Amino acid sequence: MSRRKDDLAGSRWMKFKRWLDGEVDPLMAPDMETMAPGQVAAAVRADTAAPEQVEAATEMQLASPAEKQPTCSAGQRAASPTKRRGQKIYDRFYQVMSIVLCMGIIAVLLWTIAYLPVFGNAGNPDNNEVSARYIERGLQETGAVNIVTGMILDYRAFDTFGESCVLFIASCCVLVLLRIDKESSAEGVQERLKAADDRRYEPKEDIILQKCAMVLSPVIFVFGIYIILNGHLSPGGGFSGGAVLGSGSILYLNAFGFEKTERFFNTRTYRRITVTALSFYCLAKSYSFFTGANHMESGIPLGTPGAILSSGLILPLNICVGMVVACTMYAFYTLFRKGDM
Amino acid sequence: MTLVQNLPFFSIVIAMFSGIISSVLTGKQARNVSIGAIVVTTFMSAAVLAFCLKTGESYTYMMGHFPAPWGNEIRAGVLEGLTALLFGVVMLLSVVGGMGHTFEDVEGSKLNLFFIVIDLMLSSLLALIYTNDLFTAYVFVEINTIAGCGLIMIRQVGRSFTSAIRYLMMSQLGSGLFLIGLTLLYDVTGHLLMSPAKEAVAAIEASGSYEIPMLVILAVISVGLAIKSGLYPFHSWIPDTYGYATPTASAILSGLVSKGYIFLLIKIFYRVIGRENVINSRIVNVLFLFGLVGMIMGSVRAMLEKDTRRMIAYSSVAQIGYIYLGLGLGTQDGVIAAIFHMFTHSATKALLFISAVGLYEVSGDKKDYLSLRGAGYRNPLAGIGFTVGALSMVGFPMLSGFISKLLFASSALESPHKMLPTLIGLAVSTVLNAVYFLRLVTTLYSPATAGALVGEVRKRTRAAHWMLGGATCCFILLNLILGSFSQPVVRAIAEGLAMFE
Repeated sequence: MSRRKDDLAGSRWMKFKRWLDGEVDPLMAPDMETMAPGQVAAAVRADTAAPEQVEAATEMQLASPAEKQPTCSAGQRAASPTKRRGQKIYDRFYQVMSIVLCMGIIAVLLWTIAYLPVFGNAGNPDNNEVSARYIERGLQETGAVNIVTGMILDYRAFDTFGESCVLFIASCCVLVLLRIDKESSAEGVQERLKAADDRRYEPKEDIILQKCAMVLSPVIFVFGIYIILNGHLSPGGGFSGGAVLGSGSILYLNAFGFEKTERFFNTRTYRRITVTALSFYCLAKSYSFFTGANHMESGIPLGTPGAILSSGLILPLNICVGMVVACTMYAFYTLFRKGDM
Repeated sequence: MTLVQNLPFFSIVIAMFSGIISSVLTGKQARNVSIGAIVVTTFMSAAVLAFCLKTGESYTYMMGHFPAPWGNEIRAGVLEGLTALLFGVVMLLSVVGGMGHTFEDVEGSKLNLFFIVIDLMLSSLLALIYTNDLFTAYVFVEINTIAGCGLIMIRQVGRSFTSAIRYLMMSQLGSGLFLIGLTLLYDVTGHLLMSPAKEAVAAIEASGSYEIPMLVILAVISVGLAIKSGLYPFHSWIPDTYGYATPTASAILSGLVSKGYIFLLIKIFYRVIGRENVINSRIVNVLFLFGLVGMIMGSVRAMLEKDTRRMIAYSSVAQIGYIYLGLGLGTQDGVIAAIFHMFTHSATKALLFISAVGLYEVSGDKKDYLSLRGAGYRNPLAGIGFTVGALSMVGFPMLSGFISKLLFASSALESPHKMLPTLIGLAVSTVLNAVYFLRLVTTLYSPATAGALVGEVRKRTRAAHWMLGGATCCFILLNLILGSFSQPVVRAIAEGLAMFE
């Protein structure tokens, strides 16, 4: 009788039923990833209690006294050498394979380059009617002396709107990650706030830094504003000018501390500026797209090329982009420093 | 140009604008704006679909004052309208169904950020569907990637951070490869808009120049988008990502985001490279092979899982395998089957994630699937929803999964060399699907053992309860509609694909 029962317990059906019930099958490896370390140890203890392995493990342990832990259970000891060896082989395999793969991709891409059109050749496919029109009629159609600005803010303005939204969503994600909710009553929030806030080291009163910043930051600000406002006339534009403005304000913040910057820039100002700039961009460009697609005149004057007030929407759009970029850069910096603006 | 033709553009801009203004609103206001935007854009997509079905042709829409090779352009046809409509519905139901959890998982002052991310995700999905410009596609792929990261890590617990980082790494690798592909393509064609680029590609193929760059371009773009949509060897980010995010995020990421990339890949195959060239390059065989392996391996890994949500996530790996298998068949019918399965999977997987929420609630929020014993009795509606989703994934008649398996099988008959592997793969994968999904369903309806710890039932507001129930019902209905009235959908897909050529 008893023998029969044993057979039944080991039969496939019973195994299937056990699996259906979710009992741990010792032959199937438990997924290490999903378990906490303690659980792994428990699972391993359950399935590998083989005496030889324990002995081997003890020997290993004697060889390396650093790992001698009196509380260590038999299962943990049994697991370590085999796991360590497997892990080592796997790690080495992984390293080698990743290098081989990267080398392979690099080789393929280099090999492809050999077959591409020669750089700067006049007969290349990209020297076609598209770039010809940008160069020949760009000034006349967009009113921008700087052809590149004309291209990104007029011919292909939808892409640029997408790019500004990339910045916007990136800053939103950084806010998700780093912002610490001051109003939240949850435990630990105040501690996190205290840990993240490095303002206790302020004011730095670093006289060299302050004097340099006093001289430099106005120049940087003026230069940034110049780059933004002249985006349609000379190299530059919203993205580059905004980056200059952002770095200028970070320098100012470092020299004089949060107390001074918070007087004119906090989360609220940040939100207002970003929302105003992006909304204006969105609405103005939507109007332009809508009239363009429906073959209507937009009624936005292009002005005299070369004048500061010219080239239709490009100047205000550059200002919008510049403000968004500057605020985003500054916001990233402050978020990393104290979890808020 | 009639007003309806403006609607694709309006829907993209509305979604973006609602995201932008949400940053000054409170969480609840942002939620209302977001739901409003999703509803409005869904109706707009329906109108676009109706318009295109009526006129029987697609149209391009100039974004600005400059025509095709110079300015940006979007394009709408039957397939675009249909996909946008379905994505809108799934998105709405996922957001509404997971609302209760969203309000619990997300810190109070970050709620509006969550809805900003949802809005921008919607706009980027719409832009990926409607775009007729390769660089616009890339820009919105970026928005989609970053928004995806935001969705994962907004539930600020340890595991979601690591999964967000893993997602970011893999996704950026995919974006990088895609960008390299676009750069090379621009170098040999000189165009970024899809229609002129296609003409240039045709000229290149006719003259036989740039043979190797074209092959590399095709490979790099396919691999890049395959990584982003989680095809089998590149699937390692999927289980963590779908398993540890807040339910709405899991439903949206598995149901919509990966499908957006597949749609873009199909669009590039048809509208830029040309279907004949893709088939001649034999890249389809590679996709076919990976799809086939993914179908089996995803199911095997799902069988070994104990955590319900990771199990559903591994099942996604298998389903993505099905879609690439359909693409890999290289026939028109194969692509139709792939697109239909895309719809099936987004409707079903979102249903599974959302109804699993209802089951978790009554079982003490444990990860192990055994804690769900008897949950089907404790929350009948969620139990029915989960059962319907599971049966649909297995391929039960009347449900959408059955139709897509039928389409795969019948389209396999047309390609002689791939017929046998496809049919065997379908059979094996169906059996494996049945094994792990029916195990879950059996668990749901087996009585809870006396010793089992049933944790305390989560307290829940009436509104959240109703929203979850309503979303589950609508998802079940969507599945039944896709399963029972599949013919109009399949015909519309065929018509839309014909417009792509």
